[in-house]
Amino acid sequence: MNDPFDIRDILRGTGGRPGDLIGILQTVQDRFGHVPAAVLPSLARHLRLSPGEIYGVLSFYPRFSLRPPARHVIEVCLGTACHVRGGESVAREIGRALAINPGQTTPGGEFDLKTVNCLGCCAIGPVLRVDGRIEARVTPARARDLVLELQAGERKA
Amino acid sequence: MRLAHPGHLADWRTRLREEAPAFERTIVVTAGTCGRASGAMPLIEALRSEIDGQGFIGRIGLLITGCHGYCEAEPSLVVQPEGYFYGRLKPSDAAEIVAAAGTRGRFVERLGYKRKPGARPVRRLADLPFYRKQHRRLTEAHLGLDPERIEDYVLRGGYGALAKALFEMTASAVIEAVEASGLRGRGGAGFPTGFKWRIVRNAAGHPKHVVGNADEGDPGAYMDRGLLEGNPHAILEGMIIGAYAVGASEGCLYVRAEYPLAVANIRRAVDQARDCGLLGENILGSEFHFDVRVAQGAGAFVSGEETALIASIEGRRPHPRPRPPYPSESGLGGRPTVINNVETWANIAPIIDRGPDWFASVGAKRSRGTKIFSLVGRVRRTGLVEVPMGVSLRDIIEDIGGGALPGHTLKAVQTGGPSGGCLPAASLDVKVDYEDLARAGSIMGSGGLIVLDDRACMVDVARYFVGFAAEESCGKCAPCRIGTRRLRDMLDRIVAGLAEPADLDRLESLARTVQAASLCGLGRTAVNPVLSTLRYFCAEYKAHIEDRSCPAGVCRDLLSYAIDPGLCTGCGLCRKACPAGAITGRPRSPHAVSGERCVKCGACADACPPDVKAVRIGRAADGSPGPRRGRRRP
Ligand SMILES: Cc1cc2nc3c(=O)[nH]c(=O)nc-3n(C[C@H](O)[C@H](O)[C@H](O)COP(=O)(O)O)c2cc1C
Ligand code: SF4
Ligand code: FES
Repeated sequence: MNDPFDIRDILRGTGGRPGDLIGILQTVQDRFGHVPAAVLPSLARHLRLSPGEIYGVLSFYPRFSLRPPARHVIEVCLGTACHVRGGESVAREIGRALAINPGQTTPGGEFDLKTVNCLGCCAIGPVLRVDGRIEARVTPARARDLVLELQAGERKA
Repeated sequence: MRLAHPGHLADWRTRLREEAPAFERTIVVTAGTCGRASGAMPLIEALRSEIDGQGFIGRIGLLITGCHGYCEAEPSLVVQPEGYFYGRLKPSDAAEIVAAAGTRGRFVERLGYKRKPGARPVRRLADLPFYRKQHRRLTEAHLGLDPERIEDYVLRGGYGALAKALFEMTASAVIEAVEASGLRGRGGAGFPTGFKWRIVRNAAGHPKHVVGNADEGDPGAYMDRGLLEGNPHAILEGMIIGAYAVGASEGCLYVRAEYPLAVANIRRAVDQARDCGLLGENILGSEFHFDVRVAQGAGAFVSGEETALIASIEGRRPHPRPRPPYPSESGLGGRPTVINNVETWANIAPIIDRGPDWFASVGAKRSRGTKIFSLVGRVRRTGLVEVPMGVSLRDIIEDIGGGALPGHTLKAVQTGGPSGGCLPAASLDVKVDYEDLARAGSIMGSGGLIVLDDRACMVDVARYFVGFAAEESCGKCAPCRIGTRRLRDMLDRIVAGLAEPADLDRLESLARTVQAASLCGLGRTAVNPVLSTLRYFCAEYKAHIEDRSCPAGVCRDLLSYAIDPGLCTGCGLCRKACPAGAITGRPRSPHAVSGERCVKCGACADACPPDVKAVRIGRAADGSPGPRRGRRRP
């Protein structure tokens, strides 16, 4: 048996109460970068919930995703502090450079472009999170260069 | 190290003090999330190798801490004991700093903070304009401890208040002390903390719970992140004392997942406290048992509302439910539950340690103690500031924050996040006090202070917040679900220049309906940004509707960019800043914007030096400034 999405070890480490659901989903999300649909049945059995109930929770929280992430994930902060410092222009510029809108993935699966509401770095905005790393004081021009840098790395790889 | 007796804690502290390395100088580097984002880690590496390379091992210590608050200046450091401050550093500055610290603690003039170019630098952190007027009761500790080490916290007296509460005070004496202090919840509503605890103590049902609310979904505010990253044990100690006071045996700290460093620090702190016998059974050898688990939020604003928070901890969708019953009577698992904000918890140990009178010795009449604000937006100096309640917004924004950005004028300040309101610059003398701010038309909220200047459009700000609420509405009740979307659509029409004068009345009356009919605070307060901007900035709404113009030059559909050839010096900054390649011009001769390529991001206006200001933001289509009445955009 070679299940790429084996989560038995995760389930073993937690209790079987419905209250453990979000914690488990989080661990699964962290491990695979998404919550694979394949894990839902065993998770449902473990917690004695219906897959529908699990899906209801899963789909409510922006943090969980049923799709694997693209090679690069760009998250633009549109929290208030970043908004009034031009976050929207940054988001638009990245969208332009990648030819997609926030919430979309580039056709080749290279980039996810997302927006988030505050990363807690409001004093040094506008900020981006690129593959988990925070970029501070981003201007539209810097955002465009950043995309080019990532694309260049992509071509090399 | 297991502490089975309060005496063990005191002994441990004494031993830590004796064993503390006697460095001549300590370089304290701030490495919270924003420090790291600004380059703290390479700076730390450079300092470490310079200390080694210049032969100062054993003489110069390096302390890696959480956030000191002055995030604008990061990466920054302080050389102790002199308290010399250096900000906006590069790794290449490390050699000079280490050499100077090693030479009788000399000051590096070149790297000091200067009020203006050419001025004499301010040397000590405490004398910087950003810090001078603060009163840092909670955040001062962030300068002196490594948040990864419980030893550092204990060395500074940590867990002493817990020992005092457990062995010298009854549970009701603890509650009385918190009541006497006048502490009110820092999560937004300002509910008296001691009173809440008393209700839980008197409520029937076991086991009781305490919850730390660090969901901090208010965009633009990050006080809780600062506390969790900088001094996690202080929050834990407060929660353990609170649990003892109300008779709770289980605790949960709910931290938003967008704060990975905060989650890591608080998790480590919980493990350390458990290993030391400060959590678990028979805490410090007493009869008291209590343990805490850390849960992560998953990115929904409404989950910070207390009943939604409970649903989320229980593994359900975070839907609020009507109150009563309040969580203090029926919370987690239907048991009496204390829910307090993280900053509220951080105030508990000092109140027990130093007494309620000490706590109440600063503040306004009905709002005692200090409050941390996240001073952000279009202001010169940004960061986390801690001030006594009762200072004015002007003190914070002008004295600490340094006022508007160069070349701009202050227009308004937004407090209280999506539930709050916008106060005009003329009202900056209002004091930070729960009641005073409410009377002025905003709220204290959790501590976000977003400064807005002439480049912020108040209609856009209202639209921003309503859009936020529409996205975050959990959908359970119709007034909020449908009302916020309708409000957003109306504001979308206004900023697009498609609205008519009667829309203003419709906007206000719909806002009042949503306010009156929504189930939880999210919907009820979501209209505050609309109502407060209508109250103070009605002229700006009218400009959008009647003149189809955006005076602040923000609403893209209503404007265009052009460069005044008479003012342009041809410095080329705008050309470099423009992401669309829409600006052309040769060095030292006037530049021009191509209307076709321009994406209206405003980068050129931001890049143009404040003493030149050659970028003209005009009406859509023709780029000429000034109103043009009565014409509708196609
Ligand atoms: C929509 C909404 C979101 C909230 N978000 C938070 C939050 O992120 N953090 C917080 O401490 N309180 C939040 N609150 C307030 C909590 O419901 C609760 O009043 C608070 O946690 C109580 O703690 P305190 O008395 O220490 O302030 C929110 C309230 C509402 C209506
Ligand atoms: S007011 Fe909004 S967030 Fe609150 S319960 Fe109703 S729909 Fe949900
Ligand atoms: S508003 Fe962007 S990080 Fe907080």
